[in-house]
Amino acid sequence: MSELDLLYTDIEEDLRATVRDALADRCDTAAVTAVYDGDRSLVGSLWKTLAVDLGLAGLLVPENQGGAGATAREAAVVLEELGHTVAPVPFLTSAVLATTALRATDREAGTELLTDLAAGECTAALTVPLSTAPDTELPAVRAEGGRLTGTVTSVAGALEAEVLLVPATTEHGPALFAVAAGEAGREPVISLDMTRQLADVTLRGTPGTLVLTEAEPAMRRALRTTTALLAAEQVGIARWCLEETVAYLKQRTQFGRIVGGFQALKHRLADLAAGIDGATSAARYAAATLAAEDLDSETAAAIAQAYCGELAVTAAEEAIQLHGGIGMTWEHPTHLYLKRAKADQLAFGTPGHQRTKLAELIDLPGPLSHA
Amino acid sequence: MSIEELRARIEEFLATHDPARTERLAFLRARYDAGLAWIAFPEGHGGLGLPQVWQREAEELFAAAGAPDNEPERNGIGLGMAAPTILAFGTEEQKRRFLRPLWTGEEIWCQLFSEPGAGSDLAALATRAVRDGADWVVNGQKVWTSSGHLARFAILVARTDPDVPKHRGMTYFLCDMTDPGVDVRPLRQITGEAEFNEVFLNQVRIPDSQRLGEVGQGWQVATATLNNERVAIGAHAAPREGGMAGVVARTWREHPAGRTPERHDRLLRLWVEAEVARLTGERLRQKLAQGQPGPEGAAMKLSFARLNQQLSGLELELLGEQGLRYSDWTMVRPDRVDFTGRDAGYRYLRAKGNSIEGGTSEILRNILAERVLGLPAEPRVDKDVPWKDGAK
Repeated sequence: MSELDLLYTDIEEDLRATVRDALADRCDTAAVTAVYDGDRSLVGSLWKTLAVDLGLAGLLVPENQGGAGATAREAAVVLEELGHTVAPVPFLTSAVLATTALRATDREAGTELLTDLAAGECTAALTVPLSTAPDTELPAVRAEGGRLTGTVTSVAGALEAEVLLVPATTEHGPALFAVAAGEAGREPVISLDMTRQLADVTLRGTPGTLVLTEAEPAMRRALRTTTALLAAEQVGIARWCLEETVAYLKQRTQFGRIVGGFQALKHRLADLAAGIDGATSAARYAAATLAAEDLDSETAAAIAQAYCGELAVTAAEEAIQLHGGIGMTWEHPTHLYLKRAKADQLAFGTPGHQRTKLAELIDLPGPLSHA
Repeated sequence: MSIEELRARIEEFLATHDPARTERLAFLRARYDAGLAWIAFPEGHGGLGLPQVWQREAEELFAAAGAPDNEPERNGIGLGMAAPTILAFGTEEQKRRFLRPLWTGEEIWCQLFSEPGAGSDLAALATRAVRDGADWVVNGQKVWTSSGHLARFAILVARTDPDVPKHRGMTYFLCDMTDPGVDVRPLRQITGEAEFNEVFLNQVRIPDSQRLGEVGQGWQVATATLNNERVAIGAHAAPREGGMAGVVARTWREHPAGRTPERHDRLLRLWVEAEVARLTGERLRQKLAQGQPGPEGAAMKLSFARLNQQLSGLELELLGEQGLRYSDWTMVRPDRVDFTGRDAGYRYLRAKGNSIEGGTSEILRNILAERVLGLPAEPRVDKDVPWKDGAK
């Protein structure tokens, strides 16, 4: 497991540069902040640029199905950049989570949908609460005769999606159905992180097309992949927080000195930089194990999420504190990162949940029960 | 040379030097001469100029064949600090004279850097070296010298010009520890044993041929050594649960009675952090495979120290009553140091040194902040003052 490349390849760095340029061009911070006041005009146009023009929608789809045939390593680099700009696009929810789940499809309809997703012609969301951990219970939508009934709350990516991939219970067990998003009830939720706005999805006998039978293993695998890759987004968030804070502390003066020269502040930033170094390692390892289909990938995902989930929040909290008053304002973008970081920490299982999972995986059992 | 060719070369060597029938030292010398010692070193100096990342596989192949190793834990300063510095700054003659017996372990090395008045501010050191014909005559006192009582040679930094600012007036030497002017005295530490020494240098003569680098270049040479030290301390090639995390994890598994929910979460947090630190070491090693170590090693050493301290503290709590006992306070002078060795009480006490030796955690944070993040340097009131006029 130690032979995996934990650095970035030249191809990965090229991809990063392309994504970064596009975001610098199209993802204006003021437009991102505007989503909190209900102006979501950035979302569709930015996603079209990334999904179609840059071909990121099909990154994880094999080439013979119209995708780029890339691995989790490349997807991780994209997520680092998206986290770095808190870009309000459904890459994680559609191009990673929904796409990975659908890749297991055993139906013609699913294969066609995957090709559409790869081309960026449509966007999908897996209807599970954003807080769903890979090893916990999935929501109970009922499927009867191709019609779905049930409510799923706090679904990320549903507002941007044309297709909802709904896990539902059939008489033969859990299956995955594709539902036209327009035919489902989607109630936008005022979310802690409006750059990944949630929706409550309601299905009342809504028609769905079966795309995957015996869906549970594939959905759990997709959730695990997403958990692992979320760590890369968290690395991107943390890097921005550090860079922005360092830059600010190099120009801010008080008591006649550049405040970045005060040891109390320098040492906090040094610790943060060391933490980000660690987060990068954990996230890279998680992506590398996925790409190599390494047996350690489940453990790697839990390690990465346990570590990066907290580190990104720490980075955003430090950024606010070290910016002083300006960090508390709506005008300064740091709050966008704090909200994303905190929401990400709760997504797909909290760090505490990951540690509990890890305890099983690495044989560090908890206290004996006194039953 | 490809990795396959390296494997073939090792197999060929083992075929002609059967470890079972070759005397230990003869085997190690032959391995050095075949360029299979530190494979990243140049040909003629124990290596083949190959990527550092292949070293581990080479070690595994030798170990699998039952070959003796050079007991690297006995010569950490030699292998981790002296050797790379000699390679970088030494003359061909110095490399030929010193590297081979260093690698085989025939000659143990120690480090004569810190002084009672020069700890974090190493550049303030006061040990004087004065030129006398073909020699230098050295007088002064060094401290925190691990392996000083075992070492045949030392890397030494001394002041050769007190009239220029402190960073510019130092020179780096290779000091013979058997010189009659060298007096090594044990320095007992909080564990009870004397792993360190204080070393008194009284009219010690060092030939100019054992000067490493130019006169006055001592600070640059020492900086290269210290960067290597931080990498050596913080970035061991280790498997998962290879260090203190593994020791404490085993204690956890073997002592179910000590398990509480609070300790469980602390252990898991620390385990995750230790694994992240291990992966970071792995990533750093991949980065260093081609180039020189830089200040990134400082971050590794920071987390290594903190984790060792927190993990070893937790272990005592897991042990409960047994954690109240200590194995032995007798003053001994150990011939090797193992942070994860002896008993839990020793590990807890020894780990306190991890955030002091090789650069305190506070100095390392300064290094990270200044050299990696580019934040303003600490005020240096003595930067442009001749050393002899600075505060003592």
